[in-house]
Amino acid sequence: MKMTKTGARRLAIGGRCLVVMTGMSALAGCVQIETPDKPIEINLNINIRQEVVYRLDGDAKRLIEQNSEIF
Amino acid sequence: MGKNVMRMKMWKPTGLALAAIAATAAVALSVPSAMAQRDPAYAAARAAGQIGEQPDGYLGFATAPTPAIRALVQDLNIKRKAAYTASAQSTGSTVEQFAFTSGCNLIANTKPGEKYQTPGGAWKTRDASPPERDARCP
Repeated sequence: MKMTKTGARRLAIGGRCLVVMTGMSALAGCVQIETPDKPIEINLNINIRQEVVYRLDGDAKRLIEQNSEIF
Repeated sequence: MGKNVMRMKMWKPTGLALAAIAATAAVALSVPSAMAQRDPAYAAARAAGQIGEQPDGYLGFATAPTPAIRALVQDLNIKRKAAYTASAQSTGSTVEQFAFTSGCNLIANTKPGEKYQTPGGAWKTRDASPPERDARCP
């Protein structure tokens, strides 16, 4: 009984040591990221790109010509 | 004798069916030319600058609409969305992408005096100069 308690304590200390060691190595492995000097721009219309518009232009023109009653 | 009677009876309905097909074809041929024309109420609202083209490919109200004009525009926009959806599927694009590309063309096609919306959201009257369009328009 006494032996198991000691064993458990040893394990606990060992575990704590491991946590501290892991923490230390994580701190050591920290990657420094420099903040950009320009503001970050988020384009909300990103899903409509110019190349897509150019690709669809011919089909759009055809659709408008063929359905002039709704355009 | 009996056989001949049967044949006659068989032929009569066929003749009627052919006549019906011919009549349907004649109607079908005459319909597209009538369909291709704009509704006079739509043409008038457009010319008067009450409604105009938006950059997203749909019609919008440049001035507060009457209930009749509102209904007309909603109906046309539903039809446009159906047309954009079909074209988007056949071209492998999204409805928004196809509608936007159409919007570029529809604004370019406006005639002097007609209204269009700028990328900033303001309504402008088309004059002889090129319209103010999105930078992505071809």
